[in-house]
Amino acid sequence: MSLLELRKLNKHFGGLHVTNSVDLTLHAGEIHCLIGPNGAGKSTLFRLILGEHHPGSGDIVFAGENITALKSFARIHRGLSVKFQVPGVFKGLSVRQNLEIALQSRHRGRELEAEIGRLLAFLGLESEQAQIAGNLSHGQKQWLEIGMAVSLKPRLLLLDEPTAGMSPEETHMTGEMVQRLNADGMTVLAIEHDMAFVRQVAHRVTVLHLGQVFAQGSIDEIVADERVAAIYLGQAHA
Amino acid sequence: MTGLLAMFRRLEGPQTAGRGPAFWGLFALVLAAALAYPQFSDGYTVGNTVYFFVWVFIALSLCLIWGYGGSLSFGQTAFFGIAGYGYGILTINFGSAYGFTLVALVAAVAIAALFAVLLGYFMFFGRIAGVFLGIVTLAVTLMLERFMAQTAGPEWHIGTARLNGFNGMSAMPPLTIPWPGEPIVLFADVGLYYLVLGLLVFVYLALRILMNSSFGNVIVAIRENPERAEMLGYDIRKYQLITFVIGAALAGLSGVLYTVWGQYITPSSMGMTAAALPLIWVAVGGRSDLTSTVIGTLVVLAAFQALTIYGSQYALVFMGVLLVLTVLIAPNGLVLGVMNWLGRIATRLTQRAG
Ligand SMILES: Nc1ncnc2c1ncn2[C@@H]1O[C@H](COP(=O)(O)OP(=O)(O)OP(=O)(O)O)[C@@H](O)[C@H]1O
Ligand SMILES: [Mg+2]
Repeated sequence: MSLLELRKLNKHFGGLHVTNSVDLTLHAGEIHCLIGPNGAGKSTLFRLILGEHHPGSGDIVFAGENITALKSFARIHRGLSVKFQVPGVFKGLSVRQNLEIALQSRHRGRELEAEIGRLLAFLGLESEQAQIAGNLSHGQKQWLEIGMAVSLKPRLLLLDEPTAGMSPEETHMTGEMVQRLNADGMTVLAIEHDMAFVRQVAHRVTVLHLGQVFAQGSIDEIVADERVAAIYLGQAHA
Repeated sequence: MTGLLAMFRRLEGPQTAGRGPAFWGLFALVLAAALAYPQFSDGYTVGNTVYFFVWVFIALSLCLIWGYGGSLSFGQTAFFGIAGYGYGILTINFGSAYGFTLVALVAAVAIAALFAVLLGYFMFFGRIAGVFLGIVTLAVTLMLERFMAQTAGPEWHIGTARLNGFNGMSAMPPLTIPWPGEPIVLFADVGLYYLVLGLLVFVYLALRILMNSSFGNVIVAIRENPERAEMLGYDIRKYQLITFVIGAALAGLSGVLYTVWGQYITPSSMGMTAAALPLIWVAVGGRSDLTSTVIGTLVVLAAFQALTIYGSQYALVFMGVLLVLTVLIAPNGLVLGVMNWLGRIATRLTQRAG
């Protein structure tokens, strides 16, 4: 069953054709990785899915409903959630308050406190809970934002470069976290440059190049594809 | 009952400075002094204090919209003026019998709020933000001032109320409470003092509760990162609009109280200087904290008035210097800086004791 379907999505920024007739189908329950060179249009595709940008043409269908015209917050209510490329935590507020803001529309009172505690433990940020989020390390900010995104219990989690700036160990832990969430039924679409992470988690991989779907398949198929090596993996492995 | 308790617990929280028995003890002390003060003073001085209090509401409105919400609005004086004129027009036409002045107070505030609904809807749903929000609100304020300034002719009247152009509208009745026997007229001394003080305490505590509630959380979240707030599922435009309307109502309350205090209102109350002064009070006090805003506003107003005795040009220069100092020394506000410093000392002392 498909959870998300992008149908012939087109987006221009002035003369730049950032996404060119993109067709992409996500199956419910899969971990799907989106890779491609810088400027390929990956983050823009996320913003189209989230309704921050509106496509010039094409449709976005989520769980059988055409959401192309919905406002962003309404899409979140349908079961989407995102961690942005640049960490988007509430910098001036404490870690705890960040999580409270994410959780408060679903939980109240003592239950809310318990949920915050559980999430702090899950993220390994218990001793940082009183800190101002802006003072966290880059990796901790990433985790905090992932935690906020996850706390919405989305059906589809969008992760834009979740491991950027993380050490190999941290990257691996993030991979395990994603797999744990997926085992609980969450579908995941992740943009990543770190091929170790992609190999660890991806069920399927899509390569985006110059705004177009360039290749799609299992990680082994993608790595074996000489055309992909020429435009992307070649340079990444050079 | 538990709901009420939960509400009172929201008097303290991460969004408001001041907590614990020491803070509330001090609060009670200040309140007691404020209640007793008219007994030890004269009518003129008390009336002057009311004048200071009147401005605190517009300062709090700016604290809410700008300090907590992150949207710099120059439009607060527009709501101030609309409500002030609204009260004048209503009471000059319908008089003060049967407690109508109180109805007019509420109606005038409601008119200002309604205007904010229209303006705010256009701005927030039209995605006007940041600097542009400041420009649009300032333009609206100055337009209103220009418009009212040219209403000197006798053709400009609403019912029996002449708008009177630059001279302003005057001789509206003061607030009057119907009372068996003789109605109580709240002239600008002790009577009005207790009403305004009561309103001030109520608004201050209510805003504390509001800002520490889940609504307040969303408001500061929008200030910190509107995109992230929306991506947590919040309809941020709706929250911004509600905040803007609450702020407009508070500014309107200031306008009505100002009008009943002096029994006049002029277009210059919506002018450039009038729009800039509240920004200075709030910035100097500490825009992101209610208590700092209240203290900052009262202190700056008192200092301003003291200096005006030597000439208003000095007072204005003083305000400018104060603003520059604030930006240089304590960008989050001088009063807030001092309060945070005191808070740190208090924690250190309790830690040492414990
Ligand atoms: N708001 C915008 N206005 C104009 N051009 C934009 C805008 N956002 C992105 N672009 C351009 O669109 C192209 C695709 O950008 P996008 O951020 O989607 O790339 P990406 O695949 O996420 O790259 P990276 O791997 O570097 O994050 C780039 O050339 C970028 O400069
Ligand atoms: Mg990107």
